[in-house]
Amino acid sequence: MTETKEIAQPPQRRLSGVNEFSINIGTANGSGSQTANLTLLRAIFKMGIPVSGKNIFPSNIQGLPTWYKIRVSQAGYAGRRKEADIVVAMNPDSFIEDQDDLVEGGLFLYDADIKDPINREDMILVGMPVKKILREAKPHKDLRKFVANMVYVGVLAQLLGIEMDPIEQALMFHFKGKKNPVEFNLKVIQLAAQWAADNLDLVLPYRIEPRDLTDKAILVDGNTAGALGSIYGGMHFVSWYPITPATSLPEAMLTFAPKLRIDPGTGKQTYVIIQAEDELAALGMVVGAGWAGLRAMTATSGPGLSLMTEYTSLAYFAEIPVVIWVIQRVGPSTGLPTRTAQGDINLSYYLGQGDTEHILLIPGTVGECFEFGWQAFDLAEKYQTAVLVLSDLDLGKNQWMAEPFAYPDKPIERGKVLWEADLDKIKGDWGRYKDVDGDFIPYRTIPGNRHPDSAYFTRGTGHDDYANYSEHPEDWEKNLERIKKKINSSRTETPGPVIQKQKGAKNGLIAFGSTDAAIREALDYLKQDGVKLDYLRLRALPPAQEVLDFIRKHESVYVLENNRDGQMHAILSLELPEKAADLISLAHIDGLPLNAEWIRESILQEENL
Amino acid sequence: MAEKNDRLNEIGLSRSEYKGKPSTLCLGCGHNAIVAQVIAACYELNIPPESLIKVSGIGCSSKAPTYFMERSFGFNGLHGRMPSLATGALFGDTTLIGVGVSGDGDTASIGMGQFKHVMRRNLPMLYIVANNGVYGLTKGQFSATAEEGLALKKQGQNRYVPVDIVWEAIAGRASFVARSFSGDPQQLKALIKAGIHHKGIAVIDVISPCVTFNNEDEAFHSYAWGKSHEVALHELSFVPPVRAVKVQYAKGETLEVPLYDGTHIILKKLAQDYEPTHRARALQMLEEANDRNELITGLIYINPKQESLFDLYNLPEMPLNRLPAEQLRPSRESLDEINQMMY
Repeated sequence: MTETKEIAQPPQRRLSGVNEFSINIGTANGSGSQTANLTLLRAIFKMGIPVSGKNIFPSNIQGLPTWYKIRVSQAGYAGRRKEADIVVAMNPDSFIEDQDDLVEGGLFLYDADIKDPINREDMILVGMPVKKILREAKPHKDLRKFVANMVYVGVLAQLLGIEMDPIEQALMFHFKGKKNPVEFNLKVIQLAAQWAADNLDLVLPYRIEPRDLTDKAILVDGNTAGALGSIYGGMHFVSWYPITPATSLPEAMLTFAPKLRIDPGTGKQTYVIIQAEDELAALGMVVGAGWAGLRAMTATSGPGLSLMTEYTSLAYFAEIPVVIWVIQRVGPSTGLPTRTAQGDINLSYYLGQGDTEHILLIPGTVGECFEFGWQAFDLAEKYQTAVLVLSDLDLGKNQWMAEPFAYPDKPIERGKVLWEADLDKIKGDWGRYKDVDGDFIPYRTIPGNRHPDSAYFTRGTGHDDYANYSEHPEDWEKNLERIKKKINSSRTETPGPVIQKQKGAKNGLIAFGSTDAAIREALDYLKQDGVKLDYLRLRALPPAQEVLDFIRKHESVYVLENNRDGQMHAILSLELPEKAADLISLAHIDGLPLNAEWIRESILQEENL
Repeated sequence: MAEKNDRLNEIGLSRSEYKGKPSTLCLGCGHNAIVAQVIAACYELNIPPESLIKVSGIGCSSKAPTYFMERSFGFNGLHGRMPSLATGALFGDTTLIGVGVSGDGDTASIGMGQFKHVMRRNLPMLYIVANNGVYGLTKGQFSATAEEGLALKKQGQNRYVPVDIVWEAIAGRASFVARSFSGDPQQLKALIKAGIHHKGIAVIDVISPCVTFNNEDEAFHSYAWGKSHEVALHELSFVPPVRAVKVQYAKGETLEVPLYDGTHIILKKLAQDYEPTHRARALQMLEEANDRNELITGLIYINPKQESLFDLYNLPEMPLNRLPAEQLRPSRESLDEINQMMY
């Protein structure tokens, strides 16, 4: 047992103030609150202030409590904060626990018709007459339920200084320019703002003041970014099966592919998207398509990935390019299907029977979701193997601010493919699994190639260089060794790590994926605590040489991840057994994104400060 | 015979060029007869081997594609998951002919889900089930098509009612459903030809005896039982368009089924007056034959006009797998527009 030390508050811990605060909004699932929350988020964004939104939702269609966390941060912090400066309580079922989230002296804004007790005396209380304001707005009875949440948008707009213009723009965007819903929602917001102006005499420490920090930025979720990246990567074929939180990725493809991938010359589609009967079939189709020369992909989460094990193993062994997006959620089993985790690192890395180890790409930002979307196809076709892109619910489903997507800076690379003319040149002398270039990557032909020497037989059973069935021990060993070397050789081609150094730092921190935002914030606090750490964000497995060098060069290295057992810590320990004792696992999972407070406290404890 | 077999077909290939590796199945295995008829049908149909792909699942049946069409691409996939593999592969180049070989375990047990869904999607391909009622590679367990009461050496008696693959295919809205028998090569060959020319899923459930584990005379999937209980619905022939004019049939004796590409299936009436164009009647006929303990063979259901999977997509003339890279990546300007849309 390590001794738990009392941790001192860091200097300037208090972030709250102008353009620097968090709002927690508690509503009921399915009550239209997402429209209200996104309107707030987008309006603040349009006023030029960096903002991010996290949806903390239950596995339910309607009725259960759900929360939306908006973080306004001029400093650019986008990680989840433990506490909120403003709490909006619209749901009687979470009314009591919602009070616990508020900082001392924070604003508690609630639906005045909720009669549950208020337990704290240190809050600024504002009860909103939601029913009364709605009566004034006279909504159609079918709409009444869905516009109630616009009341808090109006009251917050008045109290925080959010302008009506950006609110209207946000509504126009949300309702795709449809006049009626925009006007009606705006009317409720204006009435609520008027009520606040007439009745509330408050001076809050929190305010929105216009800035120009978001002019060139975009606001997007990782799944949409991944879908677009794949479309720009020349995706031909998608087969998928619905699963939270991956579904919105293929759905974004269904939205964007018809706009982007219709050939202007012929008017024909250059892609196929097909919803399969299950994940077994989804990856089966993708493997068939990859074999037949299509850039083929699927998107799933832990339970679906389990079902894809056997075909992934076949793709690895028979050397067929496929791309699998894994949007991680909390397991084991059905687990917490609407909560985030980084718990399927091991499952993904080693997915399959026998000795398997796959190329993993791990985006940490929505920009990287786009970038890895197209790069994954180039890598899968170059190495003729399965490439798994590991995202998670927090990155995939939440709204993040980012630089505009960057157009791919490399042309599409289809790898070693022999067509009719190529076979003519080499007079048909080729072997599907023969390493002629000494780079462990053989040449392949594609069904549809009409050259008489093009065909070969693909199988999951043992084979020789010419794809003939073989049980010879030397064939087996040679083939598997070559595949291992092939995957290992990807270390120099996959996205390298992102390293942020601090002068004089002796220790390092390694993390990956969506924890980046919270870590950057925590590192700022730690600097004020006098703790200096170099930070490496890993973006691919097997790890690049720079990752191993980073571990070697530091006395101790924390490996931080959102799971129970420290899966990446174990993988890195295996990579560098001689440094394993200096790798310190910081692993935590409770269904929520890691936050800067926890990261700071965990590191301070380890540093004995 | 040897001379005749070496004759070149209309695209200049000999029959031996349609062969595969030597079979490693048991001597007398029904599946070898299926292999022989696939070779004969493709040779006679003048199919360039490179324009056909062979796919299979796992099991004795699924080894069969190794033994025909050496010059065709082949993929021996996973147990019960040949349909998904074929679906993805055929989208690569929809001009390819797909030939799938599966077994009763591969289709009616582990692969039942994919089997039903490929029917429903009407993927254009030939789907042969080499059905022997028993697991061969694992040495003699009951399969889902084994009849109730069948006794096997190590397994005792089968207590469960069998799955009828033809019935399941029809219920699954397959557009071409046939049953044949390894001991009836002429009919099997005609059905294979028709199935290849059908634009949609063409299922042929072939009773294909396992001489090692399930060939006792009274067993439903044996040669002896098949020979003595087979009732062919019709005498079936497949007619390519060029020959259609040369064949003369007496009026009223035959039924012609035109396929989408100008070929025809000619069904010459036998004892029964059966038209394979009505689902409910097909099921009723099967049920009645079952009561009479008959092995009904022939074309049981066909709808040559049913929309195929490829009809649902607006695909370009050029196969997707040959599209040049510049057609796959949207323009730089389009990304500027996308960035504008991302709020």
